[in-house]
Amino acid sequence: MRNTAQTLFQRSEEAFDTAFDGQHNPLRHLGALGLYLLWLIVASGLYLYTVLDTGINQVYTSINHLSVEQWYLGGILRSVHRYASDAFILVMMLHLLREWAYGRYTGFRFYSWLTGIPLIWLVFASGIGGYWIVWDQLAQFSATATTELLDWLPIFSEPSARNFLTPESISDRFFTLIVFIHLGIPILLILGLWAHVHRIASVDYLPSRRLMTGTFITLLLLSLIKPALSDAPANLAQLPAELRIDWFILFLHPLTDLTSPAVIWWSLFASTALLCALPFLHKHTPAPVAVVDGANCNGCRRCLADCPYAAITMEVHPTRHGFKIAVVDPDLCAGCGICAGACPSSTPFRSQETLVTGIDMPQQPVNALRQQLEGALAALQGTPRIIVFGCDHGASVASLASPNTAAISLMCTGILPPSFVEYALRTGADGVLVTGCRSGGCEFRLGDHWTTERLTRQREPQLRGTVPADQIELVWASANDGATLAAALTEFKTRIGTQIGTQMALTNRLQPYQRRTPHHA
Amino acid sequence: MLKPAAIIGQVVLYGAFAAFIGYFATSPTYKQIPDDVSLIKLSISHLGERNCRKRTPEELEKMPRNMRAPLDCPRERSDIKLEVDLDGKPLYQTVMHPTGVYKDGVSTTYKRFELKSGVHQLSVRMSDNVAVAGFPFVKEAQITLKPAQVMVIDFNPDKGGLFFR
Ligand code: HEM
Ligand code: SF4
Ligand code: SF4
Repeated sequence: MRNTAQTLFQRSEEAFDTAFDGQHNPLRHLGALGLYLLWLIVASGLYLYTVLDTGINQVYTSINHLSVEQWYLGGILRSVHRYASDAFILVMMLHLLREWAYGRYTGFRFYSWLTGIPLIWLVFASGIGGYWIVWDQLAQFSATATTELLDWLPIFSEPSARNFLTPESISDRFFTLIVFIHLGIPILLILGLWAHVHRIASVDYLPSRRLMTGTFITLLLLSLIKPALSDAPANLAQLPAELRIDWFILFLHPLTDLTSPAVIWWSLFASTALLCALPFLHKHTPAPVAVVDGANCNGCRRCLADCPYAAITMEVHPTRHGFKIAVVDPDLCAGCGICAGACPSSTPFRSQETLVTGIDMPQQPVNALRQQLEGALAALQGTPRIIVFGCDHGASVASLASPNTAAISLMCTGILPPSFVEYALRTGADGVLVTGCRSGGCEFRLGDHWTTERLTRQREPQLRGTVPADQIELVWASANDGATLAAALTEFKTRIGTQIGTQMALTNRLQPYQRRTPHHA
Repeated sequence: MLKPAAIIGQVVLYGAFAAFIGYFATSPTYKQIPDDVSLIKLSISHLGERNCRKRTPEELEKMPRNMRAPLDCPRERSDIKLEVDLDGKPLYQTVMHPTGVYKDGVSTTYKRFELKSGVHQLSVRMSDNVAVAGFPFVKEAQITLKPAQVMVIDFNPDKGGLFFR
């Protein structure tokens, strides 16, 4: 089932990529979109709060006034508040489903997963309470239904539904309390979110500006076309007639009517328990974590800056006076290798027989990578000679190998130190193609992003300026994009092929390089 | 620059998103009960009686002088017995137990009954001391329920016991 869901998400994300680039693709940035919606909710909510009068007779009129008299400001903000809340719930549920579909709930991710679960309860508690403030018939329905549901739990000595028996049972204090809860829970939510992203570095706090603008304009237009309005005022002596119910937030009420409070509570508890148990039910063999080598670490902090999971801290170097050393927290480390790609010691130009870098991955050490590259270059025949660096999670590169093309698959493209690209070009390759998951689709969040920035010289460690850009090709291709990648490679080969021998290529070419090591030829 | 196809794609997707949110924010409408039905809410919260026992003169004799209360009253409250009849037929019968670890809290019940709107004969009997036979509190009345009307059966000793509103 999870595989089907994963395929479904992958295909939808790829379909969305054609309209939005990965960077602006809402499906690839659901968490950030959720945070943005939350800020819209908070901002519009604060305005509503300033005009709200919590008197029992004023609460309805003060809100209704906004929609009728002040539709151009208060009314729109009220609608934005409502629709952003609905969108938030939609986005939150999609985010949960997506993380589940991609299996991102086990291992080092258990923390992000577990801290997400209480947020769902907080979101619904605040959302339901919000509808009560209007004190129209929908509010009356929800308040009665919620308290009747709550009374199934043995928490109150007196049924809380007694508060909504007759019009006289409600007091001004009630609305002060509700507003307090409706404002208090989001504060808890924000604290909870802070914890939720605590183990993640370079958090995607906000979506791209284009996505934010698009989302805002959409909500604004919706608010103009279909403003959020109150129902008739509440009257506890009368059951509300037909209700225009918000199914995102209030769906539990009809569901309770259809079943029973016992069924609802047990389902809620059971699904929460299941979500909590999920990380532990799944047998997960943790990936080997990054290993630091003190002698090759100079404390430059590049690995710390690039680690997507905040697994690295800097401490005093045990042997080099005045230097720092990187320290990996094995509980936080995802085993992605992005740090090895960031370390300046990972350069293959070093003359050591065995390349030892500052921070390395036992499952794909930098030394093995150099050996693999050297072996592949030695075996290439014909022209143009191409090296393809791919990613285990993206489009498979194995099938691209041919006599003049070698394919090396990496655990994450982010493990590739840019110096390897230069090294390949100076030790026999005519062109290097680097590929990995599409933007926003990296298994380890930031691999594609850092790789692009390193190879386009926007981030340390950079590809050196002398390396001609036209001998390098970046292709972002997901596991489903095999054909696109193959086509891109063919085009690249043709381009490199025609370039070889032209005057420009000759002057542009890098100095060949021969590593000064005893060769066992 | 955005390609025209991408712009159209975005407009369609944002539009679908807005339509989805806009639709399910209010639709489909929900009706809790049919048109010709009314609701009776039975909600009672009351402290049962305490079953006190008269101390015998011998017992009182044995007690310190300042503690010689003639009645021995336990903390526990009595259960409350309640019966509701609608149109001469039993609708609901219950025995409510006092809340609290020491059974010294209120006994409560909350129940909703849906019934056809119109004229009905309603009769409620309640006893807050099960040690005594019979029902000291009785309320009977002919009621007329309009569609969707909510009628409440409540109890308040200060308002003369059981009452409908
Ligand atoms: C209240 C709404 C929520 C918001 C606003 C939110 C927001 C976020 C954000 C901003 C990230 C970081 C994404 C990144 O930078 O790559 C994230 C990650 C994550 N969230 Fe949520 N989240 C919410 C609820 C949930 C829920 C309910 C769950 C599941 C139970 C969940 C599971 C996760 C997981 C597993 C990650 C880690 C992803 C990774 O390691 O690649 N979140 N969330
Ligand atoms: S392997 Fe990945 S998660 Fe672990 S320390 Fe290196 S960059 Fe961080
Ligand atoms: S990138 Fe390499 S040298 Fe720099 S701190 Fe990390 S391990 Fe040390």
